Amino acid sequence: MRSLANFTVMTTPSHPFAPHTEETPGSGGNAAKISVSHLNFFYGAKQALHDISLKVAQNKVTALIGPSGCGKTTFLRTLNRMYETVPRARAEGEVLLDGEDVLTMEAARLRRRVGMVFQRSNPFPKTIFDNVAYGLRINGWDQSRKLHELVEASLRRAALWDEVKDQLHKSAYALSGGQQQRLCIARALAIDPEVLLLDEPCSALDPIATGKIEELLFELKDQCTLVIVTHNMQQAARVADETGFFLMGRLIEFNVTKIIFQTPAKKETEDYITGRFG
Amino acid sequence: MSARTHRRNLINVIMLGLTGLCTLAAVAVLFFILGYLVWNGGRYIDWDFLTQLPRPVGESGGGMANAIVGSGKLLLVAALAGIPVGFIGGVYLAEFGGKTFTFVVRYTADLLNGVPSIVIGIFAYTVLVLPMQHFSTLAGGLALAVILIPIVLRSTEDFLRAVPQTLREGALALGAPRWKAVITVVIPAAMRGIATGVLLSLARVAGETAPLLFTSFSNRFWSHGWNEPTASLPVMIFTYAISPYDEWRRQAWAAALVLLVLVLFANIGARLILSRKSLSRGF
Repeated sequence: MRSLANFTVMTTPSHPFAPHTEETPGSGGNAAKISVSHLNFFYGAKQALHDISLKVAQNKVTALIGPSGCGKTTFLRTLNRMYETVPRARAEGEVLLDGEDVLTMEAARLRRRVGMVFQRSNPFPKTIFDNVAYGLRINGWDQSRKLHELVEASLRRAALWDEVKDQLHKSAYALSGGQQQRLCIARALAIDPEVLLLDEPCSALDPIATGKIEELLFELKDQCTLVIVTHNMQQAARVADETGFFLMGRLIEFNVTKIIFQTPAKKETEDYITGRFG
Repeated sequence: MSARTHRRNLINVIMLGLTGLCTLAAVAVLFFILGYLVWNGGRYIDWDFLTQLPRPVGESGGGMANAIVGSGKLLLVAALAGIPVGFIGGVYLAEFGGKTFTFVVRYTADLLNGVPSIVIGIFAYTVLVLPMQHFSTLAGGLALAVILIPIVLRSTEDFLRAVPQTLREGALALGAPRWKAVITVVIPAAMRGIATGVLLSLARVAGETAPLLFTSFSNRFWSHGWNEPTASLPVMIFTYAISPYDEWRRQAWAAALVLLVLVLFANIGARLILSRKSLSRGF
């Protein structure tokens, strides 16, 4: 992990991970990286999110769970404004990233700070190297030596380097599904985002590949803040420090993961977690 | 085996046979034409045919060098004028166009695609040849470009639309502005298809005859520059094939074969370049 050490020079100052299971979310030791208040979201006339308020803690993994169509992905997509690809979609309310207004910030600048990994791995039809270098190149990196170092560092951070170091100039499509997803994580990490959003990153993967990605999330939270949408409650329980439960466009409950899964305050949460619906 | 399974198997065999037969019929026409051309044309192609100017009636020998070069020049003008417009227009429609405007343009392009080429010839005659007061390579090339544009436009648009939305999102999520995502990810992903569309459109206009009758006309001699009437293979084939002279009709066959081979070579060559380029990049 030699180059990882190099890499921390570029990253935002990272706090060593300290477990704080007894704290209430968004308060105490870690500052809120993202703070959302009274967020309403519309697809045309249809309201998809109702009055959401929550704080995403820095250097933590925050999981969003809930049944299909509950708005968790929509919520995730407001954090980097990816919803803008949908015509007539609009967000109202306040979303702050380190105190800066996400909803009015220049989208490209926002997305360099808030990276995203998608449900289906979506490597570009380019080589493995070019995939990882993409974000760097479009942001003006061109010195090939430095570029190569950064690509290697990103692949190492995504725990993919050892598997691909001899085939950097082969097509990304030659990789397995799990490797492709880690490549997409490496690609997102290459521009050193402060926040990484993951939209059901393991839904198309087998258990082994899923395990690798979960391990990875654990290591990554030292370096950035993670928000993960997942269908899989065990996954939320395994990886997340804090968990939010969405239902029909509302945030029903948001708390430390342990509390959500062991002593939820709301009946809906308990019903969902114990598998009574959803 | 039950009677029902038997019946299914039988139907399967019949349908399979039918589809095979239809495929064969479709391909057979192509091979029949090819074979006939090679048989009739191949016999009259010689070095003179490719390098000499046409001879007057009664003199034997001579060739169509001017028509071969003329066709090349016409295609060059058509490609230079038509491909950029069609390509950029297609990118606009697929990536940036609004709903109504896109619909109108696409519909217009489809209509233009269906306009008989002789009408395009009259159009080019009216707006280019009449004001210029003479036939020219330029007018012929531009008439071909008018036919080329809607084909390139629509095929570019279709191939761009076939690029998965997730790739666009992947680029946008890395902080790429829209235009940069299109240039660096979407267009490269569709490049093979787009190039194929361009090639097919060139092959299509290479054989167009009617618009050239009104625009580049014909020429028994070398055409200099871009401002003189020029011979072209399709028009030569047309003129020679309906002529009363055996010698000319034989040369029409030869010209048809040359035209076909040129189009074929252009196709194969471009495909090779494309596949080599993509090999070196690893996919």
